[in-house]
Amino acid sequence: MQKRIICITAVNEHSVLARISGLFAGRGYNIDSLTVAPLSDNNLSRITITTRGDEKVLEQIIKQLHKLIPVLNVVEHSEIVTQEIALIKFENNEKIGAISALINASGGKIVSWSEKNIVFSVSGETQMIKDIISSLHNFMPKEIIRSGVLAIER
Amino acid sequence: MTKQQMNGSRMLIEALHLEGVSVIFGYPGGAVLNIYDEIYKQDYFRHILTRHEQAAVHAADGYARASGKVGVAIITSGPGFTNAVTGIATAFTDSIPLVVISGQVPLTQIGTDAFQEVDAVGISRPCTKHNYLVKSIEELPRIIKEAFYIARSGRPGPVLIDLPKDISAQLGEFNYPNSISLASYKPTTKGNSRQIKKLANAILESHNPLFYIGGGAVIANSHDLIKKLLEITQIPSVETLMARGITQGDSNFLGMLGMHGTYTANMATSECDLLISLGARFDDRVTGKVSEFAKFAKIAHIDIDPSSIGKIIDVNFPIVGDLNLVLQELIKELQDKTLESSVSEGRSKWITKLKKWGNTHPLRYMDNELDSKNADSTVKSQQAPLKPQWVIEEVGKMLGKQAIITTDVGQHQMWVAQFYPFSEKRQFITSGGLGTMGFGMPANMGVAIALQELYKNSDEQKYAISFSGDGGILMNIQELMTCIESNIKTINIILNNGYLGMVKQWQEFFYEKRLSHVQLTQPNFKLLAESFGALGLEANDKESFRDALQQAINSPKVSLINVHVNKDEIVLPMVPGGNPLYKMILE
Repeated sequence: MQKRIICITAVNEHSVLARISGLFAGRGYNIDSLTVAPLSDNNLSRITITTRGDEKVLEQIIKQLHKLIPVLNVVEHSEIVTQEIALIKFENNEKIGAISALINASGGKIVSWSEKNIVFSVSGETQMIKDIISSLHNFMPKEIIRSGVLAIER
Repeated sequence: MTKQQMNGSRMLIEALHLEGVSVIFGYPGGAVLNIYDEIYKQDYFRHILTRHEQAAVHAADGYARASGKVGVAIITSGPGFTNAVTGIATAFTDSIPLVVISGQVPLTQIGTDAFQEVDAVGISRPCTKHNYLVKSIEELPRIIKEAFYIARSGRPGPVLIDLPKDISAQLGEFNYPNSISLASYKPTTKGNSRQIKKLANAILESHNPLFYIGGGAVIANSHDLIKKLLEITQIPSVETLMARGITQGDSNFLGMLGMHGTYTANMATSECDLLISLGARFDDRVTGKVSEFAKFAKIAHIDIDPSSIGKIIDVNFPIVGDLNLVLQELIKELQDKTLESSVSEGRSKWITKLKKWGNTHPLRYMDNELDSKNADSTVKSQQAPLKPQWVIEEVGKMLGKQAIITTDVGQHQMWVAQFYPFSEKRQFITSGGLGTMGFGMPANMGVAIALQELYKNSDEQKYAISFSGDGGILMNIQELMTCIESNIKTINIILNNGYLGMVKQWQEFFYEKRLSHVQLTQPNFKLLAESFGALGLEANDKESFRDALQQAINSPKVSLINVHVNKDEIVLPMVPGGNPLYKMILE
């Protein structure tokens, strides 16, 4: 099953997210990640969903999404740029220098300092985020939170 | 535009009036008290008080199916709404335009688990075309306008408006829009001309073509265009359950296809080289095993709903659009075209083959006159000898096109689809997609009211007839009271075999005849009907049935005719679930 990214523009109204997630649940489609935020210039929201499925399933997902009344536009193709953010929390101990160097090298930075914990943020394409997370595994992160995928057409 | 100060309930009444609503079906309750107060004060439309919210929605549904207009139902919050859900889902699966208005607890109480509070928009989201929770009085007129527009346009369906009690009391300015345009909802109506041309060429080259007609053709009122298309092309046709009656009478009509379709229709579908679907959706009861369905055929699929196309089966000629517009273009392309001689030779061979199948495998049943010959008189009197199929044919003989036929769900539904001589538009009304038992009787009330309106100034006499089994009839029998109270004359025929016949049939075929909970203890239906004030009638042979039906026809009142029919009759042909269409049980 192929991984797919679907970008939905929908009218930002009551229960629009429930309609979309309910459609996925009710028809047995997968959601791997989902991000939602209003678009700045009007009463619209952008919803980005990563899903898996073959051509036929994907075609149905897109058609069913189009059928929802508040959905304005559905985009699914390869000509998109994606980014994801991960927040990674470590105990503030003697290893933090090494961790910090690694994260710095990937373009990440510290977003919260405290005596107990340090929180880093990194952003990049999904594969890069996965690679960073696995390379930090030995440093025993306390918590890792990922944003889910954001996408925009090139 | 009309501008006036009024409360939310009055806005609703005025909006329904502006939408041309002449009847609504409903049941009052706490959350709709404000609305019912305004219903009391108005004389724009009739309100029919049903005895159950499910029946109110089925009645609105029957009204919509018979009239082609949007049906309207109103119910209260909580249990009123949950009772209505079966009705809403029934309309949704068959694409019937409804606007359902449910009361809701006041906005300030939503989310507090208030008395009779339930998340109506949450529950109905997957079984409505769209739904609304009204959150301010300002948006109420627009929402009602949108609801009607969405319900009747594109692929129609039910729309729910959940109206909190404080909003139905709140004053506001009534500013009803004349027209509506939704940027995110623009159904495609004109079919792609290039695809239509390609399809026309494929039709002209096809040796074994077949039209496969579905319920979309009824919804779009495409009867006349389809008849014309069949006439100019002389191509044979099959119908789904939902399309029954459209092509009846055409000389190349092969009957219903699918699980209980005719031998010829199913074989033709299996062997055609071009299958042209007009408003059908390749339902599993039609296709049987999908990989074997029309496997020698190129498939053309014309549908208003893009998501229907390619959902079940891969399509060679996908055309999204309003069936009437597409048919007009297709007819233009095909008119006055002559077939190449090899094609026309192929066609005549195809039709000869189909005619032969039709002759060797007609729909049939053994009438009691034949199969009770050997039985002695005591056995004969114990067994109900009447065949349900005969009863249906007899109604057809006595009333024919004067009757609009509604059914419940099960064996009798299939027999009606097989044996009633349909000839009129919108003459057959049935819950095809959801298969809702208890649909028939209340839907028939809506049909009766639609007929009253349609034939108000006509001498033509029409009858609203429903067939039910002895199972389904008890699911909404309380509606006899509605008919008495609101002066609705319907004729309701029970084909009573003492069993949940279709379940019994499956248990006999696939569960080694272990008849698990399908035998039904019976009330005295005649007395039951009479206790409501309805006409209660009994029949157990041909003569008593004819008499009973004649009495029902002559009576001004609603009637219930309990017809004792053979217990062992089964619906044939039958394609067992998951089998290819050509593997039918024939006897």
